[in-house]
Amino acid sequence: MIGSVLGWLLDPEHWRSTPFDTGIWAQLGAHVGFTLIALAIAVLLALPAGLVIGHTGRGSWLVSAANAVRALPTVGVLVLLVVVISPHFYGRTNAGFLIPTEIVLVVLAVPPILSNAYAGVQNVPPQVRDAAFGMGMTGPQVLGRVELPNALPLIFSGFRSAMLQVIATATIASYVTLGGLGRFIYDGLAQKDYPQMIGGAVLVAALALISDLLVALVQRYAVSRGVSRRFRTDTGPDSRTAVLVEEDVR
Amino acid sequence: MIRFDAATKRYPDGTVAVDQLTLEAPSGAITVLVGPSGCGKTTSLRMVNRMIEPTSGTVWLDDTDTASLPAHELRRRIGYVIQNAGLFPHRTVLDNVATVPLLLGEDRRRARASALELVERVGLDPALAKRYPAQLSGGQQQRVGVARALAADPPVMLMDEPFSAVDPVVREQLQDEFLRLQGELGKTIVFVTHDIDEAIKLGDQVAVLRVGGTLAQLATPAELLARPIDAFVAGFVGRDRGYRALAFAHGRNLPVREEPTVAVGSSHPGSAAGLAGWILAVDAERRPQGWLPTADELDETVTDSRLHRGGTLATQGGALRSALDACLSSPSGRGVVVDDDGRLLGSVTAREVLELIEERER
Amino acid sequence: MSVDVLPLDASSSPLAFWSYFLDHRSTDLGWLWDHTWLSVVPVVVGLVLALPLGWLARRHAWVYPPMMSVTGLLYTIPSIALFVLIPPLFGLSVLSPLQVPIALSVYSTSLLVRVVADGLAAVPSETVQAATALGYRPLARFTRVELPIAVPVITAGLRVAIVANVSIVAVAGTIGLDNLGRLFDQGFTLSVNEPYYPPIVLGIVLCVLLALVLDAVVLVVDRLLTPWRRAVAAR
Repeated sequence: MIGSVLGWLLDPEHWRSTPFDTGIWAQLGAHVGFTLIALAIAVLLALPAGLVIGHTGRGSWLVSAANAVRALPTVGVLVLLVVVISPHFYGRTNAGFLIPTEIVLVVLAVPPILSNAYAGVQNVPPQVRDAAFGMGMTGPQVLGRVELPNALPLIFSGFRSAMLQVIATATIASYVTLGGLGRFIYDGLAQKDYPQMIGGAVLVAALALISDLLVALVQRYAVSRGVSRRFRTDTGPDSRTAVLVEEDVR
Repeated sequence: MIRFDAATKRYPDGTVAVDQLTLEAPSGAITVLVGPSGCGKTTSLRMVNRMIEPTSGTVWLDDTDTASLPAHELRRRIGYVIQNAGLFPHRTVLDNVATVPLLLGEDRRRARASALELVERVGLDPALAKRYPAQLSGGQQQRVGVARALAADPPVMLMDEPFSAVDPVVREQLQDEFLRLQGELGKTIVFVTHDIDEAIKLGDQVAVLRVGGTLAQLATPAELLARPIDAFVAGFVGRDRGYRALAFAHGRNLPVREEPTVAVGSSHPGSAAGLAGWILAVDAERRPQGWLPTADELDETVTDSRLHRGGTLATQGGALRSALDACLSSPSGRGVVVDDDGRLLGSVTAREVLELIEERER
Repeated sequence: MSVDVLPLDASSSPLAFWSYFLDHRSTDLGWLWDHTWLSVVPVVVGLVLALPLGWLARRHAWVYPPMMSVTGLLYTIPSIALFVLIPPLFGLSVLSPLQVPIALSVYSTSLLVRVVADGLAAVPSETVQAATALGYRPLARFTRVELPIAVPVITAGLRVAIVANVSIVAVAGTIGLDNLGRLFDQGFTLSVNEPYYPPIVLGIVLCVLLALVLDAVVLVVDRLLTPWRRAVAAR
């Protein structure tokens, strides 16, 4: 089995697109595309909101409300939205599938980013905030120069958690006949072409692992050593930290 | 100069943290606010840089009403040191110290250069400048906190229990260095503490506040010890007031008498000198080392291990408290007096010191 | 064709999910039961594995970083990919009833190892030293002192794991494995021509109810295991 999966993955024909089949490169591009769009929207919505709620202490109900979304089954919401929205776009483009998918992806990505930005700012030691104001920083300066840099580990953790959920859910989106690497899993299943199905799963796993690694690298350089304590033998927060933070906030 | 003019802080739930406080902290001096918890000392301090806004009344900074400036501009003119230092974890020591100059628009290189000077000035190894706060001890962090407050050279400093989170030994070091630094800089300082001993040690004047936020007494430390205004202040200032007050009484003319000595490393003259019990051992520079029992065998070399080191030293012109203590702690009953370089001047007895104390009283 | 102009057939209305449930009661209850054990058993397995692993990571500092890296990597793999990858790795058939519980156990273990290790790390060191000074040996100290104190942190992790599992199990429905996720599959298939909501809404409702009930169960267990916290709150 492993041999035939490798065979499927290493066949250059499978990477190129043909008039009949979309190749791995194209599906990978589509997958990364959905993911980036959803993450960009989610970050634009959730990061400023989380930072401001954490800074002012007002509106934390919004964080709790966003976290309640976690109890919803992703697949169910995805299917429901596709069924609700797609008839309005029938026959024109794949927007009928793209829009519900992006909505679900954004809905999933917002809670970890929001609650981690909020918790990150809230967790800044009160005496640090006190000193910042006491030295004559204005509110925005305190947020930008002190609270944000100290909240970065949790913000990154939330972003990584959001990114992994988006990559995973974008895979499932292929189930509602959208492109992306999930296509190979569901097509392979339908055609009983198991090397293709397993090969697709390998690609999805690799995409998730590599993306997480890249963000972890950015995190390493973006976060001050004084905050990450990289002079100690501690591993910093990762995507698991984020889900636990959400639990805390709830 | 900082002046509180009927400053009051009342919270919406009706509690009054500071009630009609009128108080002047003179320029170039340390004014200590001290009192039990709930006396409003920190609230009063924080009203100066408007971390807390007074409900009524005014706080003046020289001739400026502090309420007339935007809060952040006011704060950039006032150094602020808090308990646990509140250093920014994401910035190095150097960048922490350079914070306010950078906020004021100074260029980065100059701000860092002067920050480095300050790091050394507060007694830190400049090698620590590149470290992060989490890599420093509590005492080191507190020194950085002081350097950071000094960085923009503000004429006024507010210090909120800056030394209370470190152990007693480090605290004493920090206090001594703080006094040395203040001797050089002459800032106008308001200092909050709950520790009356710290207040008496550091303050040029001490304001004792009582629960409910009213001023009980404003006085110099010596006055506070000698004449507490009421039972509350007396109780707060605590026991041994008479003895502690001697720390502020100076014995400029101690009747020092010559004291026979023996050099460490020489041999023992024994009772030949006709001394009862003990003889003072000194080193080559005539610095007292300890007392030797004359009952010891004759003609043995005076070694360090044979010396009694219980006695403290008094200085000519120093406090009567240390003169009396030198007498009381000396096994011979004779208190050793030295000059500013630590060289032996002679000795006094407790009776003689007491006479000086009584003269002072009269 | 547009649904806007067509009057909604009463039976395809989103609110018709209850009659849909009554019509297919035995199938739906079977899927609910599958969904329940698939959500719960992996968390139990995960906890049983995570306790010794987390203890090891705390006791030997050098174990902690590699253990966190490896479990972090496993936690990173998307669920659908892990479902598909489990059979070839474990020598199972492509659609096996074991692949979902195994995959979810991997997730739960990965999450809970970190929770247990960090929860134990949060036990005040004075408490651990006092327990040692009183004569507890390492194992007894772990089970009778450190673990009880870490319970609130661990149960918080359990709640996260179990609620996440309810959502992930449904994903397995899309590759034809039996659980409430099949309701979404049904609804999607039945909606090819025009929207047919009842099975989709029923699936969402049952999943949310299941998540809330399981979460509440963990919460109750947490309260029973930590009576001292109630004592403090009541004071």
